[in-house]
Amino acid sequence: MNTIESIASRAYPESANSQKDTQTALRFITCGSVDDGKSTLIGRLLVDSKAVLQDHLAGVTRGGEADLALLTDGLQAEREQGITIDVAYRYFNTESRKFIIGDAPGHEQYTRNMVTAASQADAAVVLVDATKLDWQNAQLPLLPQTRRHALLLKLLRVPSVVFAINKLDAVAQPELAYQHIRGALQAFTASAGMAPAAIVPVSALKGWNVVDFGHEQAGWCGYSGPTLLEILERLPVTPRETALPLAFPVQWVEKFSSSSDTSQGRRVFWGRVATGHIAPGTPVQVLPGGQQAEVAQVLDHARRPGGIGAGHSAGVVLDREVDVSRGDWIVAAPAASDAADDDFDTPASAPAWPPVRELSATVAWMDDEPLVAGRVYWALHGHRWVKAKVRRVVHRLDIHTLAEEAATQLEPNAIGHVELVLQEPIPATPFARSRVLGSLILVDTASHKTAGAVLIETAPAKPL
Amino acid sequence: MNARTAPDLLQAAAAAPAHHLSNAHLDALEEETIFILREVAAAFERPALLFSGGKDSLVMLCCAEKAFGAGRIPYPLLMIDTGHNFPEVTDFRDQRAAELKAELIVRSVEDSMARGTVRLAHPGESRNVHQSVTLLEAIEEFRFDALIGGARRDEEKARAKERIFSHRDSFGQWQPKSQRPELWTLFNTRLAPGEHFRVFPISNWTELDVWQYIEREGIALPSIYYAHERAVVERRGLLVPVTPLTPPKDGETVENRTVRFRTVGDITCTCPVESRAATPGEIVIETLAADVSERGATRMDDKTSEASMEKRKRDGYF
Repeated sequence: MNTIESIASRAYPESANSQKDTQTALRFITCGSVDDGKSTLIGRLLVDSKAVLQDHLAGVTRGGEADLALLTDGLQAEREQGITIDVAYRYFNTESRKFIIGDAPGHEQYTRNMVTAASQADAAVVLVDATKLDWQNAQLPLLPQTRRHALLLKLLRVPSVVFAINKLDAVAQPELAYQHIRGALQAFTASAGMAPAAIVPVSALKGWNVVDFGHEQAGWCGYSGPTLLEILERLPVTPRETALPLAFPVQWVEKFSSSSDTSQGRRVFWGRVATGHIAPGTPVQVLPGGQQAEVAQVLDHARRPGGIGAGHSAGVVLDREVDVSRGDWIVAAPAASDAADDDFDTPASAPAWPPVRELSATVAWMDDEPLVAGRVYWALHGHRWVKAKVRRVVHRLDIHTLAEEAATQLEPNAIGHVELVLQEPIPATPFARSRVLGSLILVDTASHKTAGAVLIETAPAKPL
Repeated sequence: MNARTAPDLLQAAAAAPAHHLSNAHLDALEEETIFILREVAAAFERPALLFSGGKDSLVMLCCAEKAFGAGRIPYPLLMIDTGHNFPEVTDFRDQRAAELKAELIVRSVEDSMARGTVRLAHPGESRNVHQSVTLLEAIEEFRFDALIGGARRDEEKARAKERIFSHRDSFGQWQPKSQRPELWTLFNTRLAPGEHFRVFPISNWTELDVWQYIEREGIALPSIYYAHERAVVERRGLLVPVTPLTPPKDGETVENRTVRFRTVGDITCTCPVESRAATPGEIVIETLAADVSERGATRMDDKTSEASMEKRKRDGYF
């Protein structure tokens, strides 16, 4: 299956030098129900990009014909018992990029699986099954699941959304169908405030426009843009939140006292920069203690000195002895306020990330036990564990439209709005502003199960 | 069933070094691995790092040295010894542990057999599967609450579905139906008494990534990963090494072949592939050219049943 020429061209791409060190792995998810051809599409991406090895391909070949959908078929337990285990991860690479597919099953426990996979995704491919749509109609309605997928991706801030219109090989007038469905997707995404990265016609079964065009299919459906794989090769990874003030959750405190190495003299605080940038000389404040200090030294993840931006691991040494533990946050020092001294309503300095104890949030509920008002859960924010009480379930969201409906509890796979009260203040901010500061998980105090994904909407109007 | 050895390909490899292949993603993989290794150090009281001397665990150790500084890895190294290991690998393991000034704990399946907790069906049976018993005994003995392992999700279907922080009950069992969702990088490490976690910091690496990283970082490996002459017999499409534990069967022809190991484990179930690759760069090229998976080419015990790994994992195997 691999010719020497193709191997050599993959090992020594002409463009390798110009592309070197400019692209990292792209994590993407595929959204679609089983019948939409999701498994076939993933199988096609893996096979046509030569990521499937002969022993694996032989395992899914029946009567000389490979059933691509079986490549992503699940575990024995899933097949035997008909249960669904959420996300599986699959890997392939082209000469220019490594890809990680978060493959969430499309049927049961849909919301939970999709939220889990999407939380780490740079991009999503939403499959639209042309054969299920009234494609001759220029004003055709989309399927509810397409709208649901898109709205969930928007809620979770997945940066790039690609619509792949599948099974166009099975309709009588593929060009007309592509035009009409594309128009419906454009109208819907515009009304939802989304900008799709691409809308591409594909046949996962035949392999058209997925990895290769196939010579006789050039210009198929009147489409002359890049193939799905070419689109994925060019998509950006999730943008780093570097433009915001510094926030750094402390993951691990390295002490030198227990070692003979006294050359460092101080403790190093390790973690991943959530927002902003950290460099020697940066004035900082430690939360929740409130102490102020200056950054004396910064190390990268592998202990080389340098300034570090959001998204990357760093080791931070402060210029004075300050009480800092795992779970604390090192944030930009408060900025001096412009307010006059006699303005009693304005504090003398404004914290970059004001700690809050009350939150209004969107929750995707994952546990089998429903979320009920009044219960106390563990919450993990950055590396800090705090107790969180659900004060009120405000709404449940219709997952097809995200319209609000009355509710007093959230069932498994439901999404809703809740009010939370925390035992200790945390530097939280809306998820729409920062993914790291704006997200937390809820954990059941009895079973220790991860019960909910929380997207912070707003801090309360009046601070406690 | 062997990895293809194409003479023209290896000539091409010699003529143009393999680092022309994009390896920009290795920095992100390394950083993720280091982040996870530090999280274990911070979140658990008694973690240990499983260390076999194989390529995946050597990659993890390289990351651990960067994470914690040379000679300062804050957890012991644990080896479950089947007694059927290649001497080149165990010697290398001991040498690396000493260089790292790391505490090395070795617990052996033979001790479990002496205690009567492991019973072999027949004397020649592979001891690979029985490692789980000895491992769980070690966990109980040292009260480990997290075990770091070098498993990768690209190895096998069941691993593709396992979490990076994988919760195990008090019998060491993986419960695929009730895995904890992993959201963003918020790892739920809460445990009840008697439970523990298996943690896989190189989950997102592939066999190719591992070899590209070994090449980039100049990581030393046991010699049997590179081409060498070895007496083998061909059996069911595999090359079976001829050793006192795996003698030739009647009618089999012993041949000297030039081979290397893609994966290293128990002698009784690990097979080499035919190869002349003598450097990491040449192995990168061969890995790109390979048309059979790492396990498909080399592991006898995985072939018995498609779901054998899943079954073993549910019984506490890594």
